Amino acid sequence: MNEKTSFFISRKKHIREVVRDKQLYFMILPAIIWYIVFLYLPMYGIQIAFKDYSVFKGITGSAWVGLKHFRDFFGGVYAWRTIRNTLLINIYQLLTVFPLTIILALLLNELRYKKLKSVVQTMIYLPHFISAVIVAGLVISFLSPEAGIINSIIAMFGGEKIYFLIKPEYFRAIYITMGGWQGIGFGTILYTSALCSIDSELYQAASIDGAGRFKRLIHITIPGLMPTIAIMLILRMGSMLSSGTATIILLYQPITYETADTIGTFVYRSGLIENNFSLSTAVGLFEGVVSFILVLGTNILSKKVGEISLW
Amino acid sequence: MDLRSKGERVFDGILAVFMVIISFLAIYPLWYVIIASFSSSNAINEGRVFFFINEFNLSSYEEVFQTKNIIIAYGNTFFYSIFGTLLSMVLTLLAAYPLSKKRMHFRKLFATIMLITMWFGAGMMPTYINIRNLGLLNTRTGILLHGCMSTFYVILARTFFEAIPEELEESVKLDGGSDWQVFLNISLPLSKAMIATLTLYYFVGRWNSFFWSMILLTDADKIPLQVLLKKLVVEMNANYSQAATIDYSTMSRETMVYATIVISIIPMIIIYPFIQKYFVSGVMIGAVKG
Repeated sequence: MNEKTSFFISRKKHIREVVRDKQLYFMILPAIIWYIVFLYLPMYGIQIAFKDYSVFKGITGSAWVGLKHFRDFFGGVYAWRTIRNTLLINIYQLLTVFPLTIILALLLNELRYKKLKSVVQTMIYLPHFISAVIVAGLVISFLSPEAGIINSIIAMFGGEKIYFLIKPEYFRAIYITMGGWQGIGFGTILYTSALCSIDSELYQAASIDGAGRFKRLIHITIPGLMPTIAIMLILRMGSMLSSGTATIILLYQPITYETADTIGTFVYRSGLIENNFSLSTAVGLFEGVVSFILVLGTNILSKKVGEISLW
Repeated sequence: MDLRSKGERVFDGILAVFMVIISFLAIYPLWYVIIASFSSSNAINEGRVFFFINEFNLSSYEEVFQTKNIIIAYGNTFFYSIFGTLLSMVLTLLAAYPLSKKRMHFRKLFATIMLITMWFGAGMMPTYINIRNLGLLNTRTGILLHGCMSTFYVILARTFFEAIPEELEESVKLDGGSDWQVFLNISLPLSKAMIATLTLYYFVGRWNSFFWSMILLTDADKIPLQVLLKKLVVEMNANYSQAATIDYSTMSRETMVYATIVISIIPMIIIYPFIQKYFVSGVMIGAVKG
C-alpha cells in the first residue's frame, strides 16, 4: 500500500468517524458559536485602537491614525499615574493580603476545637459571596464623616472626624482592606486543602521524636505548603496589571484619582464616560497584551516549579 | 486524657479567642447592615447603633416595598439569575461533554478556541461595540448572553466527565444507544455534585453582577437590583461629599439603602449553608487540576 492510498483510506476513516460522532458535534456547536460571536467577533474591533473611531463611520470606515492614541496615552499624564497606581495596589496586596491568607490558614489548621473550626470557616468564607456593590456601600457608610461607625469610634475617643474617601492618601489602604476582608477567609480554602494532603505519619513520627507543635509547624507544615504557596505566588504575578475596576469606580472620586485611578478605571472612564472609544481601546489593548505576556510567562514558570500548569 | 502541656493549652485558648474575633470581623459589617436597617434614622444619625437594633422600626422596609423601581429591579435580578444560570449550564455541559471524549476529531481545536479566551480578550470597548452591532444593547437577551460561559467551568465539567468509566458508555452503545442517551442517562446523573457546584457558581456570579448590566442597560425597568443599588450607593457617597448640607432626608435614604442591601442578600444567606460545601468542593476540583 503506497502513501497515497493509505492517506485516502485514513481520510475516509476520519470522515466516517466524524459522521459517527455527529451528535457530539451538535452538542458543542452552540458553545463554539457563542465563543465566536461574543469573544472572537469583538477582536475585530481592536483595530479602532489604531483609528479615529466614529460611531457613524463604524469600525471599518473610520480613518487610520497609526499609533496616535498610544502616543497620546504614553505622552500624557495618565500613563504614569494609572500604571503606578495599578502596580502599587497589586504590590501592596501581595505584601499584605497574600501572606495574611497563609497565616490565617495555618492558624485555622492549629485550631483544636473541631466545632469551632467549622463555625469559623462558615463565617470567614461568607464575605466572598457579597457583591462588589454591597461591599462598596458598606465601605462608604462605615467611613461616612457623619454617622459612620469608624468616625463614631474616633469621636468617642475625642479624635477629629475624618472624611476618608476624599483623602487620596487613604484610598489604597481602604481598597486593600476591603479586598482583604472579602478575600482572605475564602483564600484559605486552597491552603487548607493542601494541608489535608500532608502525610499524617510525618506528624506522628515527629511527635515520637519529641518535636513540639511549633517545631512540627516549622519543619513539616510549612515545607508541605511551599509548593502551593509558590504556585499561588506565580499565578498572582500573572494579574499584576489587573485591578478591581468594577469596585474602584464605586469608591473613587475625581479628588482621589491621584491614587485611585488604575489602568482598568481609565479604560472605563475614557471609553464609556468620555466616549473616547479609540483611546480606551488602545489602553485596553496595551493592558491585554502585557497581561497576556505575564500569564504566558508565569505559566511556563509554574510548569517548571510545580509541574502544574494553569490547565 | 489531655496530653497537652499547660503552655499548649494556653496557646489553644488564645487561638480560639483570636479566631472568634476574626469571625466577628468577617460578619460584623453584614450584621451592622441588618440591625441598621431595622433601626431608626435618628439612632444611626446619632451613632447609637453598634451591636443591636436601636429604636426598632420597619419604616425603611415600608419605603423599600413601596418603591416600584426596587420591586422591578428585584424581579429582574431573579429573572437574569435563574434564566442566565440555566442558559450557562446548558451551554457549559453540552460543550464539556464532547470535550471529554478523546475519540472525537477536532477536540484539540475546540478546546484551544475556548482556552485562548482565558489568556486574551478583546477589551471593554470592542466588546461593547460588538454587542451594540448585534443589536443587543439595552436588551434582556444581551444580558443573558453576555459572559454566559466561563472557560474555567467548562474545564471543570470536562474533567468531571472524563473521570466517568468508559465501560458505562460502551454498555449503552451496545444496546444501540446514542451519544445523547449516554449523556442524558449516564453522564449527567453521575455528575450531580459537579452540576450543583457549577449551578451555584454561575448563580452567585449572576446574582452579584452589576458592571456589564450597568454598561449595557439604559432602561430603568430592565436593570437588576445591583445596578439600582449602585446608583443608591454612589448617590450616598455624593451626598457625603457635601457633608455640610446633610439633612434628615438624606439620612432616611441611608436606612433605605441598608434595607435594600438586606433584601438583596437574603436569598444568598438562605442558601449559603447549603452551598458552602459545594463551593469548597468546587475549589478543590479546580485546585486538583491546577
